[in-house]
Amino acid sequence: MRIPLTWLREYAQVPAGATAEDVMAELVKVGFEEEDVHRPLDSISGPIVVGQVLSLVKEPQTNGKTINWCSVRVVPEGASQALDIDGIDPSGVQGIVCGAHNFEVGDKVVVTLPGAVLPGDFRITPRKTYGHVSAGMIASVRELGMGEEHDGILVLSTLGLDPELGTDALELLGLTDSAAEINVTPDRGYVFSIRGAAREYAHATGTPFTDPAALVSVTAATGPGFPVRLDDNAPIYGLPGCDRFVARTVHGINPAAPTPTWMSSRLRLAGMRSISLPVDISNYVMLELGQPLHFYDADKLSGGIVVRRASGGETLETLDGKVRTLDAEDLLITDGSGAIGVAGVMGGASTEVTAATTTVLIEAAHFEEVSIARSRRRHKLPSEASKRFERGVDWNVADKAAQRAVNLLVELAGGTEDTTGTDAGTAPAPVTVFLPAGFTSARIGIDFPPEQIVASLEDLGGVVETVDGGWNVTAPSWRHDLVTPEDLTEEVARLVGYDLIPATLPVAPPGRGYSRTQQQRRRVVQALADFGLTEVLAYPFVSKAANDTFGVTEAGAGRSAVKLANPLSEEFGYLRTSMLPGLIETAKRNHSRGFHDLALFESGLVFLPSGTFGTASIPPLGIKPSDDVLDALYDGIPYQPLTIGALFTGMDSPAAPGHTPRAWDWADAIDAARLVADVAGVDLVVEQGTHQAFHPGRAAVLKLRSGEVVGHAGELHPKLLAEQHLPARTVAMEINAEKVFDAAADVIVAKPISTFPVATQDVALVVPAEIPAAAVLETLREGAGALLEDVALFDEYQGAAIPDGSKSLAFGLRFRAMDRTLTADEASAARASAVALAAERFGATQR
Amino acid sequence: MSDTPEKTAAPAPESSIPAAPDPLDEAAIGAAVEQALAAIAAAANLDELKSARLAHTGEKSPLSLANRVIGGLSKEFKAAAGKLMGASRGRVAKALAARTGVLEAEDAARILIEETVDVTAAPRRRRAGARHPLSTLQDRVCDIFVGMGWEIAEGPELESEWFNFDALNFKPDHPAREMQDTFFVEPPEAHLLLRTHTSPVQVRSLLERELPVYVLCPGKVFRTDELDATHTPVFHQFEGLAIDKGLSMADLRGTLEHFVRQMFGEEAIVRLRPNYFPFTEPSAELDVWHPGAKGGPRWIEWGGCGMVNPNVLRAVGIDPDEYSGFAFGMGIERALMFRNEVADMHDMIEGDIRFSEHFGMEI
Repeated sequence: MRIPLTWLREYAQVPAGATAEDVMAELVKVGFEEEDVHRPLDSISGPIVVGQVLSLVKEPQTNGKTINWCSVRVVPEGASQALDIDGIDPSGVQGIVCGAHNFEVGDKVVVTLPGAVLPGDFRITPRKTYGHVSAGMIASVRELGMGEEHDGILVLSTLGLDPELGTDALELLGLTDSAAEINVTPDRGYVFSIRGAAREYAHATGTPFTDPAALVSVTAATGPGFPVRLDDNAPIYGLPGCDRFVARTVHGINPAAPTPTWMSSRLRLAGMRSISLPVDISNYVMLELGQPLHFYDADKLSGGIVVRRASGGETLETLDGKVRTLDAEDLLITDGSGAIGVAGVMGGASTEVTAATTTVLIEAAHFEEVSIARSRRRHKLPSEASKRFERGVDWNVADKAAQRAVNLLVELAGGTEDTTGTDAGTAPAPVTVFLPAGFTSARIGIDFPPEQIVASLEDLGGVVETVDGGWNVTAPSWRHDLVTPEDLTEEVARLVGYDLIPATLPVAPPGRGYSRTQQQRRRVVQALADFGLTEVLAYPFVSKAANDTFGVTEAGAGRSAVKLANPLSEEFGYLRTSMLPGLIETAKRNHSRGFHDLALFESGLVFLPSGTFGTASIPPLGIKPSDDVLDALYDGIPYQPLTIGALFTGMDSPAAPGHTPRAWDWADAIDAARLVADVAGVDLVVEQGTHQAFHPGRAAVLKLRSGEVVGHAGELHPKLLAEQHLPARTVAMEINAEKVFDAAADVIVAKPISTFPVATQDVALVVPAEIPAAAVLETLREGAGALLEDVALFDEYQGAAIPDGSKSLAFGLRFRAMDRTLTADEASAARASAVALAAERFGATQR
Repeated sequence: MSDTPEKTAAPAPESSIPAAPDPLDEAAIGAAVEQALAAIAAAANLDELKSARLAHTGEKSPLSLANRVIGGLSKEFKAAAGKLMGASRGRVAKALAARTGVLEAEDAARILIEETVDVTAAPRRRRAGARHPLSTLQDRVCDIFVGMGWEIAEGPELESEWFNFDALNFKPDHPAREMQDTFFVEPPEAHLLLRTHTSPVQVRSLLERELPVYVLCPGKVFRTDELDATHTPVFHQFEGLAIDKGLSMADLRGTLEHFVRQMFGEEAIVRLRPNYFPFTEPSAELDVWHPGAKGGPRWIEWGGCGMVNPNVLRAVGIDPDEYSGFAFGMGIERALMFRNEVADMHDMIEGDIRFSEHFGMEI
């Protein structure tokens, strides 16, 4: 809401020297946010005066243009020039070259003299042009920053102005005013008006407030006015769409009458264009009183007005020239011809006020909030009117606003008031709230004296009745937001000032600290960083193709993924089912910025819908849903496990004297996954696997001991890397951390430690090349029996002395008994049985 | 002494094997001792010392030869000769040991000097990893509240409309619902959305936990804002919720002040300004006084707060006449912007490794 200061001053006591900033600072105290200051004088300064064109010579130019060489008097007849500025002629007559042609000799115009500055830091100086010295400029509306719509010269008679020559044009055109812009919260619709803003300014400063509505005396109707019938057969939430419709008529207006500059300048500062006098008046009254008005050309109406819901297939051409198909829920203004407006949202073209209109029917109605909000959304028609209706308009102000519009049409457009009038509808029952004594003090933590509570609520316009144990408070008609004791409590605290609220620190009951999962997650993230990886946070928005590539192991399987209804970008219109697309994008960005050695990780949620997806309906607010309904809500939420992804490319460390870096490879990806499991205290099983995004021979599938697959790791597919312009041998892993964490044992049972000497034995086995080393290792472990303390693969060899299609695997076996020193024979026997089992399973032979 | 002469050892300059000196000739023995001491003192390194040792204590050295003579002396001379030779040889042996110690120490020191490296050229053998500062800062916030006895609660990012709006007293057609700039998902009939705040976790906490409840809900939230220097469609929030008997707005202010002092230092204070949120009544905007702000001390808008609206309590089956409470919510990105002077939101989301690596593990 923009508040022109001259307007505010009519109804609130704003100190003479107060700036828009000062006004905003006061309004902030009572709960409004500062938005902006609008002050024409910040970008425009004089001398800018009224001048009269004395002569005008048209001079055709070689470039095809014709310029006007004008002499313009800028001081009153007989007076001499008082300004002593280079380029200002002491005679009071300036020679000016002007390219526009919409003015004549004798017209009074706005002259920007040398020394003036116009918006855009446009400084006026005498300059040589087209063979003359042009000492100033005859200004257009646009050059004065008063609007974009006119290119021609501003001829003052078109504004109904005939000022003395030499008059300060800035003052004349209202350019010396300024406006404070505040942000109004959605519960305070009444502050979308000067009336509401002045009231709040008075609250903030403790100064008197003059209610502009109270200044309007409504003419007692001499008879029934324009026929209006309210006929809502389908109220929303049981509330009638229209509960008041005031209709007033003004005859014989002069459609050509100009809008006075005091009005147009206030409208402009308030952010509205001046369009025509009747339209300007309707906007002016809306801004002043908060009551949206609609003006009809009374001669275009046929029959009486009926306010009703639309029927199927009805259409309406709205003021913006679009034909709209109406919904059965739309509340309409209709006449004998059908729909002539979507109530409170936009009027129809057929009954529009035009330059030929002489009789105006004024509508000042009160429409229900939800009905207007839905129509506005449905037709995507946000308007100044719908904004106010949606947030609630004062039921009591409609007749005042209509009268104010009548008065202005009479005063400014030469119309005649029709003293008949229509006022259909019934007032809603006032809401009375019981505020228990002590409630406000308990909620705020300030011991408010009862008289302070009563005074604050009365100050707001409420009616306070003292009753047993508290007060019955009837909110003023413009405060639809005051319906609970909490609402009243906020008002008291707001008027007294939040700054007075003391600070006390409540002591929470003993907490349980971080949950197991929270600790696991934090340790895993920290461990990955300690391991040398850099944490990144990518957006979870990905393309369908990315989900189809990374989310499923087999190409062409497609991926069940969540699609956004209103994505910021259609390309990235899905929620991620894998962490890898985000890591790849991040890696590419770093690569393009010259960083080729990367180790990145991200921990976050992926979205894996399956089965039930959402709920067909949602329960109402303010009551606890039944357990069944709550269960349905929970069940409808798609699975979103915490997932950790990592990507490595380039070298593992910078080259340095005495240090040769190593290229990251597939094993690092697997190692990172193992790290996640290790930190969580979970065994991870690594098996040869396949995944369309990975190199077919260098991909591991990651499983829990239970056999459940929890991720993949390895080298990304060379084809994919080429497509993504990432270096060959870029590796990655992804693991469902939630499942890993869940697999952690509650208690880790200790393993006894033997202090008897160790017996170590190595064995090299030749096995078919396709046998996984891990399988041979597990077999050795099994075959060696209880004496085996540990077994590790320490070498793998293929080549000379090893048959084609075979490989040699070298293992170190460590034997130890709990109760004695092993003999060499015992260790050898255990080793032999391990080898025998490997021979049996895989045809392994000792080298 | 029974040193075996080494064939490779260089002969001493005076080793023209003279006849054995008389072990009773004090002058001759004294001269031999002086010669030995001089040679030992002159030895500049362990090799030279070894030559001196062989020359003056070796089998063919004058002192060894003289010593050997003692065996053939008659009884009455044996004692005197033994005494003279013992003392003389002892002096030489002592000088040898002392010189050996000095030269060995010098040698060890020289080796250490020779092994000098340029420590300023030490390679980083392992790359230094880094946390994202948003996640570090979020941990810091959580630690402060856990220290106050609060617990941390989390929930899904893809959420039911009911948890995100209705349970929080957002009326279905109220403008406040649209002000949240919500990402909805297909199909709209499923009533799912990306949560616009972490408040749904508050609702879940109240449904799932025993009263009283003091929880902090950190996490990722979503609004349909285009990315620019100060906006991002995906950002991080933390919201606090306390529901207990008799909580007031003073308790809210006390909690916030305790928190901001730990977060920003003892000078930090909070200011509350009236505002509107559907889920709190009274509601307030929360500003933090930032003494160290770039460009001078000033108030920073940081979030919203208020007393939990009774309709929120009713939605989770809590009697608002018995319990009351407060809630607050702040943005982590915003905190990072004013606390750590991050000027552009792009840096936080693009994943440029320079951004995280600058912070390392700290914030």
